[in-house]
Amino acid sequence: MKNGFRQSMAWLHTWTGLVVGWILFFVFATGNLGRFDTEIDRWMKPELRPETASLAQSVEAAQQRLQSRAANAESWTIWPATNRDYPNLRVRWEQPVTQASAEHSGRTQNQNRKRTEEYLDPETAKPVETRATGGGQLLYKMHYELHYLPRTVSDWLIGICSMFMLVAIISGIITHKKIFADFFTFRPGKGQRSWLDLHAALATIVLPFFLMMTYSGLVFLVLTLFPGNVAANYGLGDDTRTTYNDELNATPYEAERADQAAPLVNLSSLTAIAEQKWGAGQVRTIEVENPGDSNARVRVTHLLDDTSRTNQELVFDGANGALMGEFSNQSNARGFYDHLLGLHRGLFAGWVLRWLYFLSGIAGAIIIASGLVLWVVKRNPKQLKQADGPDFGHRLVEALNVGTIAGLPIAVAAYFLANRLLPLDLAGRGNWEANSFFIVWLLALLYPIVRPVGRAWIEQFWVAAAAFLLLPIVNALTTGRHLLHSLQVHDWIFAGFDLTVIVAGLLFAWIAIHLSRRAQQVPAPARRRNASHLPSAQEV
Amino acid sequence: MASKASAAELSLYRWHVASRVFAAVLGGYVLTSLIGIFLSLALPLSRSDSVTIANTLGFAFYTGAIIWVFSVATVWRAWLGLVIPSLVLAALIALVALTGVTHFD
Repeated sequence: MKNGFRQSMAWLHTWTGLVVGWILFFVFATGNLGRFDTEIDRWMKPELRPETASLAQSVEAAQQRLQSRAANAESWTIWPATNRDYPNLRVRWEQPVTQASAEHSGRTQNQNRKRTEEYLDPETAKPVETRATGGGQLLYKMHYELHYLPRTVSDWLIGICSMFMLVAIISGIITHKKIFADFFTFRPGKGQRSWLDLHAALATIVLPFFLMMTYSGLVFLVLTLFPGNVAANYGLGDDTRTTYNDELNATPYEAERADQAAPLVNLSSLTAIAEQKWGAGQVRTIEVENPGDSNARVRVTHLLDDTSRTNQELVFDGANGALMGEFSNQSNARGFYDHLLGLHRGLFAGWVLRWLYFLSGIAGAIIIASGLVLWVVKRNPKQLKQADGPDFGHRLVEALNVGTIAGLPIAVAAYFLANRLLPLDLAGRGNWEANSFFIVWLLALLYPIVRPVGRAWIEQFWVAAAAFLLLPIVNALTTGRHLLHSLQVHDWIFAGFDLTVIVAGLLFAWIAIHLSRRAQQVPAPARRRNASHLPSAQEV
Repeated sequence: MASKASAAELSLYRWHVASRVFAAVLGGYVLTSLIGIFLSLALPLSRSDSVTIANTLGFAFYTGAIIWVFSVATVWRAWLGLVIPSLVLAALIALVALTGVTHFD
């Protein structure tokens, strides 16, 4: 805001980054966990066993269940167990709702449809009994829905924070003087200089990822944030958004309900045709429009193999099973939009790429955390010299920093611990798992009121270490699927989860030990508000 | 940032900052909305495609506007740089709406 473009950008970067830094840290922490959402789902539902049924058996069981429960639905969707994104058989059906009975569904694009989903056992064609839990899905959805808030409010909050982040990134790039040299610049043990190096070096390395995630994240929310585009073209009615989405996603061979009953063809015969064409294990979904009607359509879609959110599909006449055509085109505009959002979600990613995404997300969280810490460290020399102690704003930022950077990991561990420890028949069990998360986070945020900030950092990291290291033990005590068993039977999902939390726990312990050592080294007068300096912080 | 010597200068500085923030956040939002509406009406593509392009590009315009507001020399220029293009776009949109010449005609 001053003399010089670069200086004004530095000012802008500092303030946009600070004001929303803690919410963005939360978004990165929870969203990043979502890279392994279905793996976390599986760990949080230990009653579910890995699925081994064939495609035909799954599809038949699904059709049986849907016919008995949703014969008059507008559409059905079947997800057979295929890859890590769909490890268990799942079905969904949709009914349109009138305005009077509209319920708050999870997706703003389909506000006028009521959806029901079930996980099915392919042997019995009945829903699987698992403990009530939000699972990994709820945890990752927090990163755009927050929690306890109506969808419109969270859309705006996240949208505003994400715009701040985007501006912070661009202003950060502009203000950066030696962007190439800084890939390789890291000077440990020099206090503020080291924090800035960490912040800049990491940000430079994952810059493309960071930009893509922030920009695409905003595009997810565009219908709420910039409704003018749809309104100018489709008017202001209640269902304009649905109309727009239907037009955008229009596929050929669609048909309205003819209101003439016709039994639906056997779906497993159609998936057999698809497997013949594409090879085994390539079917992603089976979607039925107008089931039970003479204008029924069955779409068998292909697994995703690139960033697009859709792939080719085979369209069958649902009443007589005739293949109507194969479809995979979409307009360039839709393709652009789709690929952008597909990059964000990364559903196409195999294991290596998925871990790369995850590590980049952790880097993102560290970038945000180091920026927040840097703000404090930079101002400490002046603040600590003040006669009355640091300003309220300074102390507030310090408290929010320790409560969020060290406190959120504790909250995540609490979520998982609650999953194992809460009684299975507790009413609203899934909600109470989420409540545990937020109660623990609140306690962590309040902790700096009663402890000096330097001690609070160390103690909270110890608590995080303990909480994470407890997880495999609690898992072993409450279920039979402990780490040694998982390794024996090659259950990589369970073993991977247990091993990852052990590594996380050890990391937090290492940080706590390091902070303690630093605190002891600093001479007594300066120890009062020790802003600890870490050479290579790996905070999550 | 810069702590000025006199209270009056500090107060003026704060008003300038507040004004730029308003310009960037609200003025930028209005300008971006108008750009989006104009693009979605004027692009020679189908209705849904034009809206999608406008939706996807909007945040780039918004970010550009915000960066611009905080880098121009004076607060006046910041506001003018948003208001004038907004008026022009509003006029163009009105023209398009009145004459009915849009992409899907």
